[in-house]
Amino acid sequence: MFLSVKDLTKSFGDLTVLKNINLDIEKGKIVTIIGPSGSGKTTLLRCFNALETPDQGIFSFDDGMTVDFSKKLTTKETIALRRKSGMVFQSYNLFPHKTALENVTEGPLIVQKRPKKEVLELAKSLLTKVGLEDKMDLYPHQLSGGQQQRVGIARALAIQPKLMLFDEPTSALDPELVGEVLKVIKDLANEGWTMVIVTHELKFAYEISDEILFIDGGHIIEQGPPEEVLNAPKKERTKQFLKRVLEY
Amino acid sequence: MFLNNFLLNITANMDGWELFKNSLWPMIQGGIKYTIPLTLISFALGLIVALLLAVMRLSNRFYFTFPARAIVSAIRGTPLLVQLSIVFYGLPSLGLVIDPFPSAIIAFTLNVGAYASEIIRASILSIPKGQWEAAYTIGMGYPKALRRIVLPQAARVSIPPLSNTFISLVKDTSLASLILVTELFRKAQEIAAVTYDFMLLYLEAALLYWVICFILSIIQDRVESRLERYVAK
Repeated sequence: MFLSVKDLTKSFGDLTVLKNINLDIEKGKIVTIIGPSGSGKTTLLRCFNALETPDQGIFSFDDGMTVDFSKKLTTKETIALRRKSGMVFQSYNLFPHKTALENVTEGPLIVQKRPKKEVLELAKSLLTKVGLEDKMDLYPHQLSGGQQQRVGIARALAIQPKLMLFDEPTSALDPELVGEVLKVIKDLANEGWTMVIVTHELKFAYEISDEILFIDGGHIIEQGPPEEVLNAPKKERTKQFLKRVLEY
Repeated sequence: MFLNNFLLNITANMDGWELFKNSLWPMIQGGIKYTIPLTLISFALGLIVALLLAVMRLSNRFYFTFPARAIVSAIRGTPLLVQLSIVFYGLPSLGLVIDPFPSAIIAFTLNVGAYASEIIRASILSIPKGQWEAAYTIGMGYPKALRRIVLPQAARVSIPPLSNTFISLVKDTSLASLILVTELFRKAQEIAAVTYDFMLLYLEAALLYWVICFILSIIQDRVESRLERYVAK
């Protein structure tokens, strides 16, 4: 078990967005979170790297690290938790004043202070892996959405995390650019990365996931392998959601 | 010495053009020796004060936000001339005597600091939250995210309003004439006091300020387009 989540609860003021979530993520497995908008799926993902601070809940990692959110996290704990995961955002959030290469080197070079030569090699190999070896010196605004998102993936990989988080990585993309980003994510899946993905791409989720979580109203309504959750859902709520989504 | 001789010379009935030419150099000297250094030093120090005040105000701890708000409010709520007078004429009664030039530096620095802090604060707030988040997810803490990711982008946003502050400051330095700093305008006053040619000499001073500000606005354009280079047009 890579990470075990116990009793995670998060509210914004009076609104409870996550209620007593329990979840196990196994090493090398891919968990995909689906659900209607406002269901809490992005909030859940953002709890994994403390971009949202849960009101309560415990993370236990396989290396013995535990994080208890019922107490206020220290800066050190927050940074240690963030060190575990790389995050890919819906809107890419690349640093606009840095080139593709600088976006990727920023974490390992400036934060982790690894040797420059090694970091440059790593960054170049990552950008090559996502198919951008000829775009390294371009600024984000000179890249297409799909290319920017691939830089985003390389930037997240560069900090050498244990877990990759994807927050609707293709939602902001033009339809014809979705494929190139999904392909990169599939390549990572084949390499054995542990990943948590929030997505609306059900076909992609079906192909790639080891486990699918259907979340609604802050609860996990249904979870299991994609064949079960997507092909033979047990809960009425899941059926309704899939019917609505697949009607398109 | 030089000035006295010079004043004697120009009072010996000269036409306007002669007076203009002869008074030009002393005024330019006042500009080079005092107006420009006063502006540059106060602005540079003022930006440091401004950044500090802006970051304090953006904090969520009242013992940072409260003093910052109070300082900004007090400085923005009082005339610059009064602030200058307090530093130069007021502080000696507390046993603290400061020369004219450093007095002016202190007053202008605080003044620029207060106004620019609001500009810097607003430009930091204008940077999308996602930039902070992306910085956090690659392991940065607040100071590093601020310095490496947010401030460089905020700088671009704040250049036009900061340039306004800077150009205002050039002109505001003429107030230092009232605490005996022999800057550009004080030179004009000194010459006018002898020649009585107020119109000509003050217009001449005005022209010189205009030239300085005109050059500065050209530099501003250059800096802006340089900082725009990574932004989609």
